[in-house]
Amino acid sequence: MKEQVASQVSVHINGVTVNVEEGTTLLQAASSAGIEIPTLCWAENLTPVNACRLCVVEQQGSRALIPSCSRVCEDGAQIQTDSERVRLSRKMVLEFLTSTNDLSQSPDLVAWSEMYEVDTERYKAPAKIEDQIKIEDDLFVRAYDKCVLCYKCVEACGDDAQHTFAIAIAGRGFDARVSTEYEVPLPESACVYCGNCVGVCPTNALQFKTEFDLRDAKDWRPTEQEITETVCSYCGVGCSLELHTQDNQIVKVTSPSDHSVTSGHLCIKGRFGWQYVHAPEFKPREIP
Amino acid sequence: MFGVGGGTSSYAEVEDTDFVLLWGSNARDAHPIYFHHLLKGLSEGAKMFAVDPRRTASAKFADLWLGIDVGTDISLANAMAREIIAADLHDKNFIEHATAGFDAFAEHVDEYTLERAAATTGVAAEAIRELAHEYATAPTAQILWTLGITEHHNGVENVLSLCNLALLTGHVGRWGSGLVPLRGQNNVQGGGDMGALPNKLPGFQDVADDTVRAKFESVYGAPINPVPGLHLTLMFEAMAQGDLTALYIIGENPADSEADVVHTRKLLAELDILVVQDIFLTRTAQLADVVLPATVGWAESEGTVTSSERRVQRVRAAVTAPGDCRHDYEIIGELAQRMGAKWAAETPEELWNELRSLSPMHAGMSYQRLERERGLQWPCPNIDHPGTPYLHGWLWEENLGGHEPAPFSITRYEGPKEQLTDDFPLRLTTGRALDSYNTGVQSSGYESPIRSGSHLEISAADALNLKVVDGERVSVSSPRGSVEMHIKIEPDQVAGLAFSTFHFPELVDLNLLTNDEWDPRSGTAEFKAASIRIDKLPLGTSRG
Amino acid sequence: MADLQFGDALPDAKEMEIVDAFVGETVVVWEGERVVRSGVTRRREQRHLLLPGLHLLQNSQGWISPGGLNYLAELLQVPPAEAYGVATFYDLFETEKPSAPGPQNHICVDAACAIAGSDDLISEIQAAGQRVHKSPCLGQCERAPAIFIQGVGTPDQVPADADGFSHPQRGDSSLRLLKRFGVADPLSIESYLSNGGYAALTRALDIGADAVLNTLEASGLSGRGGAAFPTGTKWRAVAEESSQSKHVVANADESEPGTFKDRLIMENDPFAIIEAMTIAGVTTGSKRGWIYVRGEYPLATHRLNHAIERSRSSGYLGSRICGSEYSFDIEVRRGAGAYICGEETALFNSIEGRRGEPRNKPPFPTTSGLFGEPTVINNPETLINVLEILNGGVDAYRSLGTERSPGTKLFCLSGHIQFPGLYEVPFGVSLGNLLETAGGVVGDLQAILMGGAAGRFVGPEKLDLPLTLEDAAANETTLGSGAIMVFSTDVNMLDITRRLAQFFRDESCGQCVPCRIGTVRQHEVLLQIKKEGPDKAQRELLDDISAVMSDASICGLGHTAASAIQSALDLGLLPQGAS
Repeated sequence: MKEQVASQVSVHINGVTVNVEEGTTLLQAASSAGIEIPTLCWAENLTPVNACRLCVVEQQGSRALIPSCSRVCEDGAQIQTDSERVRLSRKMVLEFLTSTNDLSQSPDLVAWSEMYEVDTERYKAPAKIEDQIKIEDDLFVRAYDKCVLCYKCVEACGDDAQHTFAIAIAGRGFDARVSTEYEVPLPESACVYCGNCVGVCPTNALQFKTEFDLRDAKDWRPTEQEITETVCSYCGVGCSLELHTQDNQIVKVTSPSDHSVTSGHLCIKGRFGWQYVHAPEFKPREIP
Repeated sequence: MFGVGGGTSSYAEVEDTDFVLLWGSNARDAHPIYFHHLLKGLSEGAKMFAVDPRRTASAKFADLWLGIDVGTDISLANAMAREIIAADLHDKNFIEHATAGFDAFAEHVDEYTLERAAATTGVAAEAIRELAHEYATAPTAQILWTLGITEHHNGVENVLSLCNLALLTGHVGRWGSGLVPLRGQNNVQGGGDMGALPNKLPGFQDVADDTVRAKFESVYGAPINPVPGLHLTLMFEAMAQGDLTALYIIGENPADSEADVVHTRKLLAELDILVVQDIFLTRTAQLADVVLPATVGWAESEGTVTSSERRVQRVRAAVTAPGDCRHDYEIIGELAQRMGAKWAAETPEELWNELRSLSPMHAGMSYQRLERERGLQWPCPNIDHPGTPYLHGWLWEENLGGHEPAPFSITRYEGPKEQLTDDFPLRLTTGRALDSYNTGVQSSGYESPIRSGSHLEISAADALNLKVVDGERVSVSSPRGSVEMHIKIEPDQVAGLAFSTFHFPELVDLNLLTNDEWDPRSGTAEFKAASIRIDKLPLGTSRG
Repeated sequence: MADLQFGDALPDAKEMEIVDAFVGETVVVWEGERVVRSGVTRRREQRHLLLPGLHLLQNSQGWISPGGLNYLAELLQVPPAEAYGVATFYDLFETEKPSAPGPQNHICVDAACAIAGSDDLISEIQAAGQRVHKSPCLGQCERAPAIFIQGVGTPDQVPADADGFSHPQRGDSSLRLLKRFGVADPLSIESYLSNGGYAALTRALDIGADAVLNTLEASGLSGRGGAAFPTGTKWRAVAEESSQSKHVVANADESEPGTFKDRLIMENDPFAIIEAMTIAGVTTGSKRGWIYVRGEYPLATHRLNHAIERSRSSGYLGSRICGSEYSFDIEVRRGAGAYICGEETALFNSIEGRRGEPRNKPPFPTTSGLFGEPTVINNPETLINVLEILNGGVDAYRSLGTERSPGTKLFCLSGHIQFPGLYEVPFGVSLGNLLETAGGVVGDLQAILMGGAAGRFVGPEKLDLPLTLEDAAANETTLGSGAIMVFSTDVNMLDITRRLAQFFRDESCGQCVPCRIGTVRQHEVLLQIKKEGPDKAQRELLDDISAVMSDASICGLGHTAASAIQSALDLGLLPQGAS
């Protein structure tokens, strides 16, 4: 196996000296020292795009704040993760998002908004992102009024995992949206329904149809759900699945993002092919 | 390979390799998450060449696609070997150190010139030469294959011809270099590991070995027949001859999945007793005298499965099964009990620990470790062993770590058993679609927006010749039978080749057509090469 | 590298013809029936044809149809969703069929043109039944109000180009950078050669790369795009990279409101840019050069292409240039209406056929620039300074300007000024002197916007400000791109700043939250002030918006999107709420 001996660097985060391997990001270093930094567009199974700017920190000598999710520790760097400047930036990012999107189904964002004393009252008639819910198939639902444009779904559909590129960012500025070509419905696009976009969405803008239906019926009870890790029943790759169950029924399937086999990504069969478990009998389907 | 039944390499290695040779595998559709690893390798600069009769979704990612004629793999592999030797690109030190039989091999492949291979395979000589040179000169290289190699009457020979290439170039036994058969079912590797082979006990231990048998007998409390059993295909032969009259099938649907299914169904129906243990009343279960309803192994039951990188992982029960369904291990245990055995192990973990005590390559894999380390790759002989990312590192060790040198194999090109004739002039080959799986027992449980059913994909040129149009329903016949199917014109398809999936037996009984000629060494039938004819249906019946 | 699944939309015959003629070799190459070449590398190598391909479709049909996009994307093996994402990024591309036929009239509504009556021009053209698109600054501030006509089936054109160039400093023998303007024929390499052309390249080949780098470093030349990074340092960094493939890029996507100097350089002295890029090529070991020209500059594009052809046929470009061991060649790429593409990493993405979204830095272009390879990127003004330095030597170059700002600087004067236009003056001349050179302010001076929309306002009290990098910084303003917009007391500064806010709202790429939403919220507050009058809370909110944009945005656009407005507030140019 390839092994590299990395040299060590030390950074000073909020006055605490943290020794890490060269190449470690500030976010990782902070995390290893027990210092929490909020992130939205970062995920361990995706390349940082650092678009949300929630994770910015102050580095002595740097004019602007820097994104901790992608910036690598420089030896001797002095970092503040909770200075007044940092807190103001985070508060503003959260105010911007809260005044623009429906974030009610993102518990993290709701909690941070409280922590950073978000006040959206001071925005008079702010432009919002409003969009019709798109229900185009039985597998997942797109509700882009919740989309904060974190790029995660685009990355997962694209070169961070799936390489299908059924969706991309279209338009520019405040009008930028996640879209297929000419906004064609997903079934007409290149989409292969791996659901990896849903798996990485932080705001429930993309959600499994099973979850959507249960929420619609006011019967989505996440606190009562159990998660069981097992292995997919289809091909021989051995993808790790997390079965989310409620009332002895599978309600959605995810994969651990830190697993060496899947990195959290699945295919259509692993993600959606579980329904036969609850089928009363084997019923071959008619194909038109 | 070289005495062990498993792929040599870890998935992570294809991310680091320099060259990928994808041969007879549409991993993009059939092994999508493995393909993610492969794509990382390509992103990092690895080259990929694809050998496949079809320009599959996988082949479209390749630098070079070599569209060989179905069943001509050995000709191509041997010509590559000859070219590598002729161009002096073989790894002479490695061959000297770790292999046996090179001289005879070199002499044998000498007749497989590029020109001859080009004539046999349909691939330009220059492309074969390019592939040979790229593979041989890459610092690290992997060969990946699936059923395109094995589902032939000479599947084992096909595999050996690929092994020869690795031995010739030293592309095995090192990180990033190896031979990787991707497994089609979630536990086909584990089944083999657990002794579901006619001649092996768990851990690939030989049933004919007295010492080994004695070890198992002492734990099982019963004598074990030292004569190897029958593999699937021989079982059907034995049924046909009346030698086999009782059959117990667990979680398999041969009444849909076997080649030449009409014949198969007849044999199953004629048995004295057929017992089927399954989660659904499949077509096979419908033929049974006794049906034992089972739980869903991966979602309703506890245990382990083994993946294509030899990783043993835990499966767990997330939901409880309906009605009278029972776990497979309970049913088998109960049957054993009724037959008079007194097995101590009852729970999945006890059964697993019993296996660990019998199979040295699993000995180090406790449930705790499997949980903590998210699976372990065999061999893992003791509790401190980290598991084995790649096999055959001994090939590079001094004195070969006590092993015999790895032998080159003499493999001869024969071509498919069923040659094309005037009556059946088209080659039919089969494969998987991304969203479906085998005979659809599992995958038809969900509504896939991308499911398109079973079409017969043919080239535009053939469509023109046959005067059929896209979407037309036609009659498709092989020497064994006929089915009706819809035509799909596939722009990338080579003329003379037809393709279909086999996921919808209730709609199109594709295996009525496929050839049950089988490999005497693996028992696998030649699903990949049948000869067919396409006939237009009488007027007024071709739509719908 | 992607699954490529294209929808049912098919191209028409014209679209196929245009795309076929343009994309010579497709990414996927069939050799006989069985051998197909494609692969990751080939895809990477062809994707940069996406932007020019989209230009051709747009020009031919007046929009980019689903069929045309599919066809182009398939030949280049770009996923259709990504191609659509690229097409919708740029102002000059339409992805819906236009409501009316005929060309699109882009009319500038930014400050200088608004002052010069662009609203009337819009009404006039609309009354004539033609299509109008209200455009950000078109880089023609010296001849406001500006119009750019995007043709359908006909070439794009700027009517004012027909009037030729009027040089406010004509005959001034002290000019360095503008000395060939109006003197040498921009369409003649012979004329260029007889006016000192290609002497610097000959000298560079003569003295060798290291000596060129030493000379540049000693000259103290720094980038003229706004960031003022030392040019010699940048070139040396690329020269020291071991990569096989490196690039030289001329950033001619001049879009900073109030700036038009690079357009005039390209139109009047195109060979100079090519010569300087070639020097950069041989000095840094780069073989490929790219000029990214603003899409709204058809004349500049034409003259550059012409100059490149002439240079190539005369042995100054191509393999073994001037008989040396070096090879270097240049391709021109047209932008398509996106201010953000002037940001260097956004520009790289744009050339590569991606959305013009800035990348994170580090890594910097010197190590990972165009196609991820080491890249020198300079704007035309910076580049032509190199010729001056090599021709005249360091001492002569430093004889003008100050120690920290040596040489001369180009300034673009517009707005309430007697003779708007391009001026070259030594660093250190005072702001007031420069205005005098241009005939003085028309009316009573209210404020001056230094450095364009991304710059800062100064009041009349700063007329003594010496125009150097160091004095600008010390006075909390900037020279930026060299734009100087003059506003008399006749204008309502709230309207001017509201338009600036609108500009950033329109031009934000949308990638990062602070800029994507911050520019909208900033604009909304100014609209509200206009409507309801000021209050104290609004100022606080504007300050907070400014803080997050300048602290936490990815790139310079966001960092500076509030600076002009903040300076206007600080100078009391806007109505203030009671505190």
